[in-house]
Amino acid sequence: MNRLVSFRSKSRIGTTPCSSSFYARLLGSSIDASRTRSTANASDSLATVSRCSSLVPARTLTGSSLFGSRNGSSARLSNLTGHGGSQGVARRFCSDAAAERESMEYDVVIVGAGPAGLSAAIRLKQLCGEKGVDLSVCVVEKGAEVGAHIISGNVFEPRALDELLPEWEKEEAPISVSVSSDKFWFLTKDRAFSLPSPFDNKNNYVISLSQLVRWMGSKAEEYGVEIYPGFAASEILCDDNGSVIGIGTNDMGVAKNGSKKENFQRGVALKGVSLAFSGNKMIQCCFMRAIKLAGRVTLFAEGCRGSLSEKIIKKYHLREKRNAQHQTYALGIKEVWEIDESKHQPGAVIHTLGWPLDQKTYGGSFLYHMSERQVAIGLVVALNYKNPYLSPYEEFQKLKHHPAIKPILEDGTVIQYGARTLNEGGIQSVPYPVFPGGAIIGCSAGFLNVPKIKGTHTAMKSGMRYLLHVLAITVFVLLSGIPASSSFCINEYKKKESQNVRSKELSIKSFLCFCNCPGMLAAEAAFGTLLEGSNLDSYWTTLQNSWVWEELHKARNYRPAFDHGFIPGMAISAVEHYLFRGKSPFTLKHGKPDHEATNVARSHSPIEYPKPDGVLSFDVPTSLHRSNTNHDHDQPAHLKLRDPEMPTQVNLPEYDGPESRYCPARVYEYVPEESGQLKLQINAQNCLHCKACDIKDPKQNIEWTVPEGGGGPGYSVM
Amino acid sequence: FDQEKKIKNRESFSFWIPSQSNVCCPFKLTLSSLIVARVEHLSPPAKMKIMVAVKRVIDYAVKIRVKPDKSGVETQNVKMSMNPFCEIALEEALRIKEAGLASEVVAVTIGPKQSIDTLRTGLAMGADRGIHVEATGDLFPLAVAKLFKALVEIEKPGLIILGKQAIDNDCNQTGQMVAGLLGWPQGTFASKVVLDKEKQEVMVDREVDGGLETVCLNLPAVITTDLRLNQPRYATLPNIMKAKSKPVKKYTPEELNVGTKSDLEVVEITEPPKRKAGVLVSSVDELIDKLRNEAHVI
Repeated sequence: MNRLVSFRSKSRIGTTPCSSSFYARLLGSSIDASRTRSTANASDSLATVSRCSSLVPARTLTGSSLFGSRNGSSARLSNLTGHGGSQGVARRFCSDAAAERESMEYDVVIVGAGPAGLSAAIRLKQLCGEKGVDLSVCVVEKGAEVGAHIISGNVFEPRALDELLPEWEKEEAPISVSVSSDKFWFLTKDRAFSLPSPFDNKNNYVISLSQLVRWMGSKAEEYGVEIYPGFAASEILCDDNGSVIGIGTNDMGVAKNGSKKENFQRGVALKGVSLAFSGNKMIQCCFMRAIKLAGRVTLFAEGCRGSLSEKIIKKYHLREKRNAQHQTYALGIKEVWEIDESKHQPGAVIHTLGWPLDQKTYGGSFLYHMSERQVAIGLVVALNYKNPYLSPYEEFQKLKHHPAIKPILEDGTVIQYGARTLNEGGIQSVPYPVFPGGAIIGCSAGFLNVPKIKGTHTAMKSGMRYLLHVLAITVFVLLSGIPASSSFCINEYKKKESQNVRSKELSIKSFLCFCNCPGMLAAEAAFGTLLEGSNLDSYWTTLQNSWVWEELHKARNYRPAFDHGFIPGMAISAVEHYLFRGKSPFTLKHGKPDHEATNVARSHSPIEYPKPDGVLSFDVPTSLHRSNTNHDHDQPAHLKLRDPEMPTQVNLPEYDGPESRYCPARVYEYVPEESGQLKLQINAQNCLHCKACDIKDPKQNIEWTVPEGGGGPGYSVM
Repeated sequence: FDQEKKIKNRESFSFWIPSQSNVCCPFKLTLSSLIVARVEHLSPPAKMKIMVAVKRVIDYAVKIRVKPDKSGVETQNVKMSMNPFCEIALEEALRIKEAGLASEVVAVTIGPKQSIDTLRTGLAMGADRGIHVEATGDLFPLAVAKLFKALVEIEKPGLIILGKQAIDNDCNQTGQMVAGLLGWPQGTFASKVVLDKEKQEVMVDREVDGGLETVCLNLPAVITTDLRLNQPRYATLPNIMKAKSKPVKKYTPEELNVGTKSDLEVVEITEPPKRKAGVLVSSVDELIDKLRNEAHVI
């Protein structure tokens, strides 16, 4: 049971000067003398060196701060993978270059600063405050700033926020426009028929989720959460047992051909490591090597089809664990307009069905009036559409010309554009969210309530739920001083395990009095498997007991009903909504996975889309410019083809290159080469990080990996 | 100048001692001259401070919108980051420091309260200290240059590096004004900077309209950086964390005795006129007609 271990003083996070000097001593002569020349103090000796080509060659520091001095003297870069003794070795989930990374330790590492990730971080810090413990929390975000990659409708149900930050109104959260009217239209080419609205948005608000997340980010920082935007988590780090110990950020400064540029920067390993109870430093140092840890936590809150989350789900077979179905998705394309004052009705909410989508394609549009004359309009198209010639982007442009929608947008200007996929699988597709070393929260697991078309509140709640248990476990680890108390702890915990959360909280309080000296030796052996076992089950149990599950359970049949067609779908939905009210005895299953649903091109004919008029509808480059998307040009393409020949051999002849149509950013283009043959060109720089290609490619050939941190769209009012 | 002074002192010292006609003096002389020589050798190379100006501007990738009342550009809810030319300036300063030719890099920013974020980014890249002059409202280059001069009198750097211009106003004036106010030599649009510590001068390759011009400046000097000078480094996670504890000194314009009221006033900001679609003409006569009557160019 080799596991990683680390001790830190309670008050400081990460590499403190004192601990760094300790590490430096441990590492001994492994640090190049010429590197320390430029920095005076010991803490800097662990700093990653600059990439000046004129100075010392680019090299990262040995990431062995965790592993002590066993191999200190021989700690050259390439030798770092083997470490002696009973300690675990940080093995790469996807093995990569030999160069080790510098590592930073936190108690909890959260990937993604979205509603779920930030809720988890804030809740954790709140619990820390309540119990008087201190846990370090780190949130990494691939966007250039918090909120840059957040896009959503959004009609917000403040249920979860009320639980998390009840004073949100006083603290000037950007939630001000309450829903004033709720309309539901069925559109045909020329007309709009009003239908009874199935939604109940009475106490909800029309917001910009990007702004709300930015506000939550500042709140999280007030609580002491460390948020690092501009750093993309690209690798999952595991130990010998296969449990996740943390993530590694992307290498930055890699040129297109893979070589290192002048400003190459190796990624950093962020390890979720449980902290030792604060005691005197000497004991910490002694135990640093010997003690194994319990309760390391890495949370993945990457949003729908998160790249690392998908890897985790595959690796730990999380869908099979609870016999969940595959996830189904939809692509949402959205624009924010600034319209005429006279046409603006703050809080007006309109949803539509029907045109421009045909009967076989599930989807609909939304139009929400926000504050300051801004209007959010978008189209959501389910990605199990059959016609490979369908272009969701062009359908959206068509929608804006509808006689019921056109008058609202006339004389307005577009402020921003964006696109993102969202989950539509509901409860049937939620995987088992816990794996050894952490959990998946938010849309990465898929808690969106499809008929309500709201996923923000469930994502936030899922983040909050997990943390209660993380804290419980971590605190237990801390508390055991002497073996006697540890066995007492175990018994008490076992007793309380079957009870609900509230009692667990109370039991924590009673155990706190047992904390004395931080002798962890006895604790870990006893707690090891116990904690892991209870960790997994308890989160799952409480999730299923919470209102998230209740809500998703009621909503489970609406979306699968539409797999049978539009009319059956509406009929079943009506029955569900008015007759059974969510208590129906059956659970419908999803049809084929989205990528398998595409028919071959010869069974359909190309759709002739109208040319953009530059006033209401626009071409892709113009829209893309409005999304503030940018990536560093000179980096390897982050969209990888598992089989480079497949586009020209399968996608093009059989499906007529659907990726050139469903991608809302025109990343994929078939351009003729000199020989006249069409070849796939990937304009990775345009990527909006929507993940549609990862989902919809017929042979699942395209793999979306994360580009250099800081790139991607720059949403501010989405 | 300092070195000359020191040499003069030494010489005068050597001439002064023998006049006291002390037997031990020659011995003292050699020892003291040795010590002086020693001290001289150790102190100058490490002492130079570099001051770098950084500005918080709207991120270059963001699509700019003009405010409806035409008073300015929309800066609410818009991503801000460090001016790219300032990043290049900071990178150059850090390289000079890492080459051992300077002892300290001080990053300076003048702006509202949120400018501290830009300063932290600078500190994360590797600057040692930060100075934040908190000034609200639109600051024009002359006010910025005056504030800079006041700071230079406090900090006494040996070299000042700025970006050639800020991407929000494209003025390209601050660096030159700072040099003028201080009376220091300037090397603007630098695409290569080579510092010579012994001779206390710096060779700067300037990108000018006709090509590249190399100038040699005596220190202390002002350099403004152009795009091709270097490739700025990324701020790493550990450095960002360390930057939180690096010292930042705050000033206000009042403390520095500088008036920031400007003689310039922005009257209106409008978007450039939308490009009109081109027109295909069918004959030469039509072309002449259009050129004469519509475009009024002939």
